[in-house]
Amino acid sequence: MPNVNRGSRPLSPHLSIYAYQITWVLSILHRATGCALLVGVVLVVWWLFAAATGPDAFAVADNFLSSWLGGFVLLGSLFALSYHFLNGVRHLFWDAGYGFEIRNVTLSGWAVVIGSFVMTGGLWLLALL
Amino acid sequence: MGSEKVRMTTPANIVVGLGSAKEGVGHWWMQRVSSIALMPLTLLFVVPFGQTIGDGYEAVRALYAQPLHALIAILFILTNFWHLAQGLQVVIEDYVEHKGARTLMLLGNTMFCGLCAVAGVFAVAKLAFVGV
Repeated sequence: MPNVNRGSRPLSPHLSIYAYQITWVLSILHRATGCALLVGVVLVVWWLFAAATGPDAFAVADNFLSSWLGGFVLLGSLFALSYHFLNGVRHLFWDAGYGFEIRNVTLSGWAVVIGSFVMTGGLWLLALL
Repeated sequence: MGSEKVRMTTPANIVVGLGSAKEGVGHWWMQRVSSIALMPLTLLFVVPFGQTIGDGYEAVRALYAQPLHALIAILFILTNFWHLAQGLQVVIEDYVEHKGARTLMLLGNTMFCGLCAVAGVFAVAKLAFVGV
């Protein structure tokens, strides 16, 4: 196509006027949680590296992760992890060619949403044991 | 418009004959490989990690002094940052249009994920080899 009149053509609908649908919301959440998990894993490496450095450095990292703010970040990371984990499994099923029917996409989507809360709670309880 | 030069070639015509990048679906496939490996590794790493937070210095040293936990942690860290680098790369390629900024961010992504992976592995290895 020649580059004629590209700028003044009508644009396809943008996010701001799209109706919320579980398909695209969960899709963008998969990316968002994946990116957000960067924070969680960097905290994990900080904690491990501090432990290898010595008791004083470790106390700083461990106190932060045990604090109110650290716990909040860890809980958020745990939810992001649970969601990304379960929705990742959903993606693997799609990659294998299963579950493309609209009804199944909606059902697996809600299963992932509910499962994320269950998995977050379960892992949090396991960590408290 | 006006005197602006109009290019009549199609985008395909610009690249035909230049050959493929010879990588095919390699990146896509390795992202799946790392994601499957991460399923057991994440669960095996996160639970003892969560249980040890707040238990003090001796507790974390005792945890990774156990070879099995050190092995799980090292495998998790390597696979995790590999998968993270792959995922962030696609996000950067999709959303950062400016070529210079995109190249810098891709470089930064590779180096930062590499740095974190090596730092994490080094830390666990030291805890494991020094012991309690």
